[in-house]
Amino acid sequence: MSEVAVRTVALHKRFGALVAVEGLDLEIKRGEVFGLLGPNGSGKTTTIRMLCGLMVPTSGTGTVAGFDIVRESESVRGAIGYMSQRFGLYDDLTVAENLRFYSTVYGLHGRERDARLAEHSAALGLTERLGQLAGTLSGGWKQRLALACATAHRPQMLFLDEPTAGVDPAARRAFWQSIYVLASEGTTILVTTHYMDEAERCQRLAFLSRGHLIGVGTPKEITTQFNQPSIEEVFIALQAKDEGAAA
Amino acid sequence: MTLRERVRAWRFWPMLWKEFIQMRRDRLTFGMMTFLPAVQLMLFGYAIQTDVRHLPLVVLDESRSAESRALVTTMVNTRTFDLVGPVASRAEALRAIEHGEARAALVIPPDYLTKLARGETAVAQLLVDAADPQTSGSAMSSALLAAQARGLALIAARTGRAPPIEVRVRPWYNPEQRSALFIVPGVIGVLLTITMTLVTSTAIVRERERGTLEQLIVTPIGGTSLMLGKLVPFVLVGYVQMTVVMLLGRVIFGLPVRGSLPTLYLFTVAFITASLGIGLLISTVAKSQAQAMQLSFFFMLPNILLSGYIFPREAMPEPAQWIGLALPLTYFLKVLRGILLKGVGAEALWREGVILCGLATFLLAVSVRRFRKTIE
Repeated sequence: MSEVAVRTVALHKRFGALVAVEGLDLEIKRGEVFGLLGPNGSGKTTTIRMLCGLMVPTSGTGTVAGFDIVRESESVRGAIGYMSQRFGLYDDLTVAENLRFYSTVYGLHGRERDARLAEHSAALGLTERLGQLAGTLSGGWKQRLALACATAHRPQMLFLDEPTAGVDPAARRAFWQSIYVLASEGTTILVTTHYMDEAERCQRLAFLSRGHLIGVGTPKEITTQFNQPSIEEVFIALQAKDEGAAA
Repeated sequence: MTLRERVRAWRFWPMLWKEFIQMRRDRLTFGMMTFLPAVQLMLFGYAIQTDVRHLPLVVLDESRSAESRALVTTMVNTRTFDLVGPVASRAEALRAIEHGEARAALVIPPDYLTKLARGETAVAQLLVDAADPQTSGSAMSSALLAAQARGLALIAARTGRAPPIEVRVRPWYNPEQRSALFIVPGVIGVLLTITMTLVTSTAIVRERERGTLEQLIVTPIGGTSLMLGKLVPFVLVGYVQMTVVMLLGRVIFGLPVRGSLPTLYLFTVAFITASLGIGLLISTVAKSQAQAMQLSFFFMLPNILLSGYIFPREAMPEPAQWIGLALPLTYFLKVLRGILLKGVGAEALWREGVILCGLATFLLAVSVRRFRKTIE
């Protein structure tokens, strides 16, 4: 299997006159925790949607888990997990039912599925809450369940779109521990976030600004490149520049 | 992959499983699907009586003769009127109508008997509260018929000859002319419309509102399984509702099933598909569940008013009739009444069937296209 989990070449997406992503060249290695940063409207979500096969690029190509994102979007969807800020859980289903539903949709069946779900919910500490309705869980537990639903089928690649927004610090820490476990098992993770402490936990980062990739590297390389003391300062400087350009 | 594995791997199944769990837990929807049929049936079956009966009548009998009493009896025997009492004066009769104690007053003048005896035309007067044209219309025609019947009886008695003409009316399909028999098949159509448009559209919009639709689209479920899983449960619910209403209708109102039930259930597929198309269409337009509900109610109104559910389409102005022609319910009502009340089959209803299939194909094609766009 290839050592590259995601590769895009000159990826473009236009919405009418608006250019959301312009000429994106990106390479993410297998097993990497990769952070995608940038102010609102910089093209992060559009990029993720194209990589998940939800949106067809205007031009350019890309592969995810070895599948072409345009021609093989069906296979891409089977190989990835996706978790968004909204979690996408069914409030009126129990924890167990949510897990069962998503894992079956991802192609797990019968005894194999039940065994996998038992092991998976134990690993994420969900066992005691299996009978609880998802709607009655706190934010942190919902987040944990959403992660469980997105990873029960052992995806090669996991997309996390602002997964920790609105969750308390303890839950965020626990969440990142789970992320590292997944990464150590070989799952590639692409995460977007507005929390800079989380950005610094990524192995490599990419900064997007107004649809352009303006910097890639380890957190240390990024701060050096932009000549700022921290990732947070890089972000703020970037946002100020963006707003200046917009005005 | 073997066929069995393929069937098992079909991603429609988890969708269906999930829908049924959610349906069971959603009290409002569950209530709408179980109580609504019963309530609608009782409400519309009992309350909608387009035949006017038992209008309160007062009588000012200034003739006080056997003849005048015979006229009153003839009137009361029509069952349109209930005698609520005699009054002593015109003023009292008027007051009774004004106060709503009576809807009509029969005034028989003092010379009624003398005129009859002399062979002249005796005149009686009926004062009618005509604020409601439907009620007063039937009061007036009943009174005229009663008077004519009494008149003919008097002529026959005098001349010893039978009346020259008699029209014998045989009301087919609903011999007792009960509105309930006409309404109950309609309740089935209206209920299915509500379930397929309102319940379906809100269920889809709810997924979008909660972010689960987005989550689903990222899975390998595929558009077809997603839509089928979402729609099929409501088709089943629709059939259950229809069966329940027919059973209740039979027990409570003696609804007959004169035609073939399989034919009816077959025609229903086309109607349900057409209505689902509208429900799906509403879900692609509405941004929130509240909007979906408003749009569905907006669609329900012309269905109830213009389809011939309660009001006869023949009585409507032409533009209203045209709107009615665009509603699937208009055709489905003909099918329901045709099969249940008249006992006709596909040979009499094929036109409605063809139109329903056409509407179903068109609506589903348009809505599936739009729906696919919204999830891509």
